[in-house]
Amino acid sequence: MDFLSFLVEYGPYIAGGIVVTLELSVSSFLLGLVLGVILLGLSTTPGKVIARPYIEIVRGTPLLVQILLIYFGLPALGIKFDAMTSIFLALGLNSAAYQAEIFRSAVKSIPEVQILSAESLGFSGYQVYRYVVLPQALRISIPSLVNEFVTVIKESSLASVIGIVELTRRGEYVASYTYRALEAYLVVALVYFIVCYAISHLSRRIEKALKIPGYTGA
Amino acid sequence: MVSEEVLRLEDVEAGYEGVEVIRGVSLSVKRGEKVVIMGPSGSGKSTLLKVAVLLVKPSRGKVFLDGEELTSGNVDLRKARAKTGFVFQSYNLFPHIKVVDNVALPLRIVKGYSKEDARRTALELLRQVGLAGFEEKYPLQLSGGQQQRVAIARALAMDPVILFLDEPTSALDPELKAEVIDVLLDVAKRNIAMLAVTHELDFAREVADRIAVMEHGKIIEEGPASKILDSPSTERVKAFLKLIRK
Repeated sequence: MDFLSFLVEYGPYIAGGIVVTLELSVSSFLLGLVLGVILLGLSTTPGKVIARPYIEIVRGTPLLVQILLIYFGLPALGIKFDAMTSIFLALGLNSAAYQAEIFRSAVKSIPEVQILSAESLGFSGYQVYRYVVLPQALRISIPSLVNEFVTVIKESSLASVIGIVELTRRGEYVASYTYRALEAYLVVALVYFIVCYAISHLSRRIEKALKIPGYTGA
Repeated sequence: MVSEEVLRLEDVEAGYEGVEVIRGVSLSVKRGEKVVIMGPSGSGKSTLLKVAVLLVKPSRGKVFLDGEELTSGNVDLRKARAKTGFVFQSYNLFPHIKVVDNVALPLRIVKGYSKEDARRTALELLRQVGLAGFEEKYPLQLSGGQQQRVAIARALAMDPVILFLDEPTSALDPELKAEVIDVLLDVAKRNIAMLAVTHELDFAREVADRIAVMEHGKIIEEGPASKILDSPSTERVKAFLKLIRK
């Protein structure tokens, strides 16, 4: 059986795994976005004593270990999540730390005088964040956020280790059933590549659509 | 209590990370009075303006704004700041929202105006600074001079008792300075007190009731504009004026 007939026979089944992969990636990324915004907010308040260590610990440990801790470790403390929830939490909590760092560098590129201006007008700390800092930081962050989303898609392949049947896991099934690991994983790789490549390209469009008119920096 | 003085600084000291920038300054500005601060760069002029609304907290001394002691610790700083207008050298505006929203936003979220009232007021103020027709543009689509005029409109929108100007024309090309100065001359006719840091001598001569010259974080000479500009009593002020007249 040549690669083409392999593709016809097993390609659609493997590629179908992208649905779960994307569901997982999108939901985890959004969780990361919300938590990332909160972590950024905390980092300008006394809450930074939580935000900073959180970011450092998450970024300083492997995602796989975090997944294993949540899925296999937490039940020992009486906290039990199913496999799907575990991976959603692990990916989301992980991405939050990276997204918070993305926002932090975006915020740094906002001139301080803008913030002083807002304060001099009588804005509260929350209003400065809500109306001045956040909308700009989000826009400036778009290219890095798209990168991060692509990273989450790729990292979601780790879900296969705790039994979620997504793209990678479907490849594994086919590989062990047909003994044709090379072909199976090539198809898996190709599907990841097509999706990630397309999203990276989409990024430029999003950037253009949400660009601050006249803005040339960053 | 209505005080004759809108601003009073009493023996103020302030700095950043242990470096003293203001070393014992006392200054007062009466209702409607225009005061210009001059001095070489690094003399603490800009910091002094920021101290006046506690954007920089003084390490010593007292600050009174419109009869309230801001340094007492039990004054709502946001309310106090909303009674003032501040125009910085550059980057005043929020680049992600339209010009009209730059003026209207603080009216809505700080002064509690309705959306319609805020917009109407904003449009009227933009007209006053000669920017009717620019309301739907974004700040970075305007020239530096136009941006400063929007910043002035926004400051005026707060109906301030005092307007702080921190070198509002220093970052502008010469040909753009004039349009901003014209607007400021017009604003100066109103009964709003002004505390302005500037090197524009013509502006100072025309507008200032008093000039204070700072050096090394202290006021080294203070008096009526004509006295300071034409016959300063200290050698250092003479030398400074000679330098900026070049």
